[in-house]
Amino acid sequence: MIVDTVWQNYKLPIIALIALALIAMSSIVFVAEDEQAVVLQGGSPVKTINRFNPDDPFGQTNAGIQWHLPLIQRVQIVDRRILDLDMERQQVLTSDQQRLQVDAYARFRIIDPIEMVRNARTEGNVANQLAPILTSVLRQELGRRTFASLLTAERGNAMSRIRDVLDEQARQYGAQVLDVRIKRADLPDGTPLEAAFTRMQSDRQEEAETIRAQGRRDAQIIRAEAEGQAARIYATAYGKDPDFYDFYRAMQSYRTTFQNSEAESSFILSPDNEYLNQFRGRR
Amino acid sequence: MDNFERFRDRIGLAMAGKSPWGSGGGKSGNGSGSGGENTPADGETPSSEGGKGPRNPWLPPGKGTSEPRRSASIEDIFKNRGPEGPRRSSGGGGGPKFRLPERPGGKSWFPLALGGLAAVWILTTSVHQVAPAEQALVTWIGGKYSRTMDSGFQVTWPYPIQSVDKENVQEIRSQKIPEGSEQKLILTGDQNLVDLSYLVRYNIGDLALFRYRLADPTETVLEAAETAMRQSVAELDLDTVISGEGRAEIEMNVRERMQAILDAYQSGIVVQGIEIDKTDPPETVVDAFKDVSAAEQDAQAELNRARRYAQQLLARAQGDAAAFDKIYEEYRLAPDVTRRRLYYETMESVLRETDKTVIEADGVTPYLPLPEIQRRNRTSQPEGQ
Repeated sequence: MIVDTVWQNYKLPIIALIALALIAMSSIVFVAEDEQAVVLQGGSPVKTINRFNPDDPFGQTNAGIQWHLPLIQRVQIVDRRILDLDMERQQVLTSDQQRLQVDAYARFRIIDPIEMVRNARTEGNVANQLAPILTSVLRQELGRRTFASLLTAERGNAMSRIRDVLDEQARQYGAQVLDVRIKRADLPDGTPLEAAFTRMQSDRQEEAETIRAQGRRDAQIIRAEAEGQAARIYATAYGKDPDFYDFYRAMQSYRTTFQNSEAESSFILSPDNEYLNQFRGRR
Repeated sequence: MDNFERFRDRIGLAMAGKSPWGSGGGKSGNGSGSGGENTPADGETPSSEGGKGPRNPWLPPGKGTSEPRRSASIEDIFKNRGPEGPRRSSGGGGGPKFRLPERPGGKSWFPLALGGLAAVWILTTSVHQVAPAEQALVTWIGGKYSRTMDSGFQVTWPYPIQSVDKENVQEIRSQKIPEGSEQKLILTGDQNLVDLSYLVRYNIGDLALFRYRLADPTETVLEAAETAMRQSVAELDLDTVISGEGRAEIEMNVRERMQAILDAYQSGIVVQGIEIDKTDPPETVVDAFKDVSAAEQDAQAELNRARRYAQQLLARAQGDAAAFDKIYEEYRLAPDVTRRRLYYETMESVLRETDKTVIEADGVTPYLPLPEIQRRNRTSQPEGQ
């Protein structure tokens, strides 16, 4: 039908167009805003596209549709973003012979893609090359510090030194290290952790026992004060007439002792007893 | 019927890729036509040679034959409408005829439909509604960044010249660390461990930076939070962290540190806040920690008991003293009588309830079977009940 007719009539132009399109497609490359590219000719890099430049705001970069020679040139896309280099957990020995389990990461960015392609080929390789360097620098730098200083503010100082050393190494792969940070620094599992737990435990036990002892002490003081006060009250009252007190208290005491007591008591009274004075009749 | 059979033959041959009317038609022919040219020795060749005969009256006029037509029969219709019809008119002068439904004017719907489709396409891909909380990135074909659109109705070039990627930037994303309920131990400044969990809340400040700067923005946020949190906790001692006293300080420090890290990466992320969820002692030592608060309770209880005793004691002393005072007042008025009275009353009540033995005769040594009395008492008691 119509397609056939067009084909019949414009055979050559169509073929030419397709060929042109193929050539165009193989010479076009899309470089996104977060990508840069290296043009390789015969395996060696000849130029870069949209290379990272901190002064270029987005939209004024060379991202977008880019051209290269078809067939003889190849384009390798390189990440333009900040990449992550995660270190495996490492045991670090501090200067005071404490073991510390350290988890660190570095952030880097490819700033010279040609150098990177030449020396590492891919971003993944850069990370693989840098990881052991990071590990050894970290061990070396942290090994100079005490456990306590690693936990606190001095960490920042150590980190910037590690970053500088790592950055120097990274330059040969066309990478720039922005930042090295310790994500976590823990006591290793097993004995050191157990020891820390034990210390915390005994710490708390001491605290608990102190609190209890103080409670007992204060209670005792309160009791003693009360007793003293009671004695003063008694003394003031009874001091008015010690003789009568003696009698009065004896009466009270008899009642408490003999009356209502559980044990049976028997009295053998002499007729001379004062209580029985009247018992014998008047003499 | 004869014509029809021939027509059928012709269709069949054309379908088989053979051209029964020979090389003449192959001049502007298609692939099947050229195939026919290459096989002149086939069984069909004679029929093409005998084209001038009455058996092939519909040979193309382009051949220049002055073959008279027999009649305007069904073949004429096929000639114009059949697959070979336009081709046979050597250059398409006869005007193409489509099988599409036709417009009233006699023209095709096809361009109109195409135009409509294009209009719809342009309209739908170049006018965008960006929701209030959203921003949208506009990129040129090939991935080059063009601009960031704010909310509202926005116009761009149609796809694929520009493409639009919307993202909710004001929505607060929150991430709990750690995600589950497992314990996360952090070293404090006094080298103790605390089990801490927290929530990071952030949103996107600059969509272009967020999209283009970091390989993994979410992971970066979490790592920055982790770093900042551990650093901030390490500056305080365990008691401050656990008691909640240092909580606000930690939250503020972490937020500031995180933001500094993320700003250094130009991440386009704004940290909205850090909320510390729990600060507990590690599970292994939690009993010891609980024992401390138990000890506080114990001490308090001990004090309470002591106070109770003190109150009792004092009240008793005051009561006793008051009673003595009262009696003493009376006693002073009539010392002898009061004294006697008290004595008798006391003796009475004491001796009333006890066994009494009065020995009157002088010189009689009383024999007291004390064990016997006690035994008797003991046996008589259960019987009495």
